[in-house]
Amino acid sequence: MTAERPDQDLPATVHDDGRYPTTTPLDGVLADQAPTRLPVVPVPSAGDHPALSIQGLAKAFGGKIAVDGISLDVPAGSFYGMVGPNGAGKTTTLSMATGLLRPDFGTALVHGVDVWANPLEAKKMMGILPDGVRLFDRLTGEQLVTYAGLLRGMDRDVVASRVGDLLRALDLGKDTGTLVVDYSAGMTKKIALASALIHAPKVLILDEPFESVDPVSAANIRSILDSYVASGGTVIVSSHVMDLVQRMCDHVAVVSGGRLLAAGTVDEVRGAMSLEDKFVELVGGRNETEGLEWLRTS
Amino acid sequence: MVAHLVRLKLTLLRNGLKRSPWQLVGLIFGGLYALGILGFLVAGLIALRGAEAELAQTIIVLGGVAALIGWAILPIVLSAADLTLDPARFTTSAIPMPQLLTGLAIGGLLGIPGAATAIAALATVATWSQTVLSALGALLGASIAVFTCIVLSKVVTSATVSLSSSRKFKDASGIIAFIPLMLLGPIFFFVSQGLQDSAAFLPDFARILSWTPLGATWSVGGDLAAGNVGAAVVKLVVALATLALLTWAWKVLLARALVTPAYSGGSSKSSKKLGLFGVFPGTPTGAVAARALTYWFRDPRYGGSLVVIPLLAVLLVFQASQSGNFEILAILGPLTAFLMAWSISADISYDNTAFALHLSTGVSGRADRLGRAWACLILSAPVVVIFAVGPFFFTGSWEWLPMVLGLSTGVLLSGLGLSSVVSARYNVAVPLPGDSPFKKPPGNTAQTLLVQFAGMGVLLLLVIPEIALLIAQSVTGQVLFGWLALAVGAILGGVLFSVGVRLGGRWLDARGPEMLAQLGVNR
Repeated sequence: MTAERPDQDLPATVHDDGRYPTTTPLDGVLADQAPTRLPVVPVPSAGDHPALSIQGLAKAFGGKIAVDGISLDVPAGSFYGMVGPNGAGKTTTLSMATGLLRPDFGTALVHGVDVWANPLEAKKMMGILPDGVRLFDRLTGEQLVTYAGLLRGMDRDVVASRVGDLLRALDLGKDTGTLVVDYSAGMTKKIALASALIHAPKVLILDEPFESVDPVSAANIRSILDSYVASGGTVIVSSHVMDLVQRMCDHVAVVSGGRLLAAGTVDEVRGAMSLEDKFVELVGGRNETEGLEWLRTS
Repeated sequence: MVAHLVRLKLTLLRNGLKRSPWQLVGLIFGGLYALGILGFLVAGLIALRGAEAELAQTIIVLGGVAALIGWAILPIVLSAADLTLDPARFTTSAIPMPQLLTGLAIGGLLGIPGAATAIAALATVATWSQTVLSALGALLGASIAVFTCIVLSKVVTSATVSLSSSRKFKDASGIIAFIPLMLLGPIFFFVSQGLQDSAAFLPDFARILSWTPLGATWSVGGDLAAGNVGAAVVKLVVALATLALLTWAWKVLLARALVTPAYSGGSSKSSKKLGLFGVFPGTPTGAVAARALTYWFRDPRYGGSLVVIPLLAVLLVFQASQSGNFEILAILGPLTAFLMAWSISADISYDNTAFALHLSTGVSGRADRLGRAWACLILSAPVVVIFAVGPFFFTGSWEWLPMVLGLSTGVLLSGLGLSSVVSARYNVAVPLPGDSPFKKPPGNTAQTLLVQFAGMGVLLLLVIPEIALLIAQSVTGQVLFGWLALAVGAILGGVLFSVGVRLGGRWLDARGPEMLAQLGVNR
């Protein structure tokens, strides 16, 4: 936080009166999805604040420690992957970073704004796709995304035009009038993603965004996210598909047992190995396939 | 293999109980209740041994037919088919069909309904124990009867599995099943009156039924006791043929179900219609209200409480027409106001973890509270007014109208204010989204009851001024008190409504994440 430039603290996408702007980088991204298109919006000066900075986050459920003091900085404009085995504390960490779960210890700052001290301002900058929560699934897909936009106090006409763009970009154009409860698992993921994108956030925090999404839709989502990052946004995804993270992300954090094992650019973390091999080396627990000699067809 | 399936069913029952001690308590109470009814039935059947043979035969055949129909219909209506041994789960384990059928049929016997039916059926052996032959006949008939019940229920559930797994059917049946339950009193009254009127006809009816597949198996013992050996043999053949036919049908349906899993998806629809979202103001409060009102119509858990209201009116009118005293109808308005206002006292619990959207968008607690209360008010205000005014067309005592209107308004507004506070603070056990409104909800039942009772007590305190004016008018007969109640109801109610929305909103702002964490427990 620099005293000389206090304006820098204000999130770029939120006007001084707290209302949402009518045009944002995402509009351009969605209107023209060509992934090769060069960013027209300059990458924000990354010097001041990381997009997300968490310090010593910790949470225990009952006597069981789920997250044991995780600190990491996500640079603005990065595509950040968070990987870890099942039960590593990824979802818990992301929930605490996004204001959904109150941490026992630690702080989370989004572009310098404390999520827990100043939740309204922080939530305006974040688009969140939580994992394992229900949706208001008796609404149609179109109604659900509209609802998410209106809840954020956005203008109805802006919401309406963005909902159309988003649903088309996510291949949900045919199902706008279907109740979300009748969607398949992959479609449900996509509609939740649309709800997280509607307000053109500065930081996208996506928990397992590619789970049960078909390859074509996954490719579409990736190109949307790539353009979004190229235009200055920050994406944080959790996943346990290492291959995907290695191809998609430029930064990665490895979490296991509620602790941070490694963090940095993908190349720094993996060194000469593939990310998957490095991950197994860091986390451990790999069994050599012995003792299944009978599992042979001959 | 059959033993494996039976053991699997027993293990599933036992593990189901292990999940929480409360479930065990529930089963014990349910079991005691069933045991009480069963005790009556068995005692009655044993007592019938000494009764006139024709009477005994009529009762057993009609009762048996009713049991058979119940086994066929109840699983669909309550969408509560016993899925612990769902055939769809055995698709990948290649079990020979005859063994699968036997295992599933015996598995169907284990559990309260199966065991109760078996015990009651076997009690008919005591009824017909005059001679050894008739006792043996009754035993044979009862055994066939029990398996016919189970196989029939399996046939019906497997035939309708694609229907009953569709969401729309589940939604509708959840609400429709409310109606007979609510109207149990009048239905019972009319049925018993009808039975009294047609008492002479019943033995003939039972005699005819006893030759049909529905009643044949129940009448074998009675015919043998009456010495009609020929008739008994024919009925035994009818009963066995029925069971064989049903088993064959079940086998065919099961074989089909094993290779074609139920498809429950809907057709895709695209529309440019936003429904209520286009009608309400484009503000967070308006959006919450549009969402809540949409849910009142689309979610059977809300629809269930809506359908109760007109049924309540029917029930009260029935009651009044029985006693000839229509004054009681005056409570309809305040009662409806109370039920509607209190129905949103668990609104966030109904959302379950979908509430995360409100939290992640940072919508203010006040907009959340106000939107929900607003939706409920829009829906309930016309109903309450109609139900408050309507009874006076029956009674004609119009001097009480301002009082009843005032009390109804007061209860509705104060109740909505209170509900806004309660639902912001307490997470209570309600059926999960998508579940039948009947389904016993998971979670802390003790806290739920405590919150409900304490909340109603507080509401009673909040409307003390209106109640005091009611007493004043009863004592003095002055209509002035009625007009005062109307003013107090509107003004005090309005104040309490706004206080409730503000207080609830502030609590929600402060404790949103804690609320979400509690909701996540009941998934």
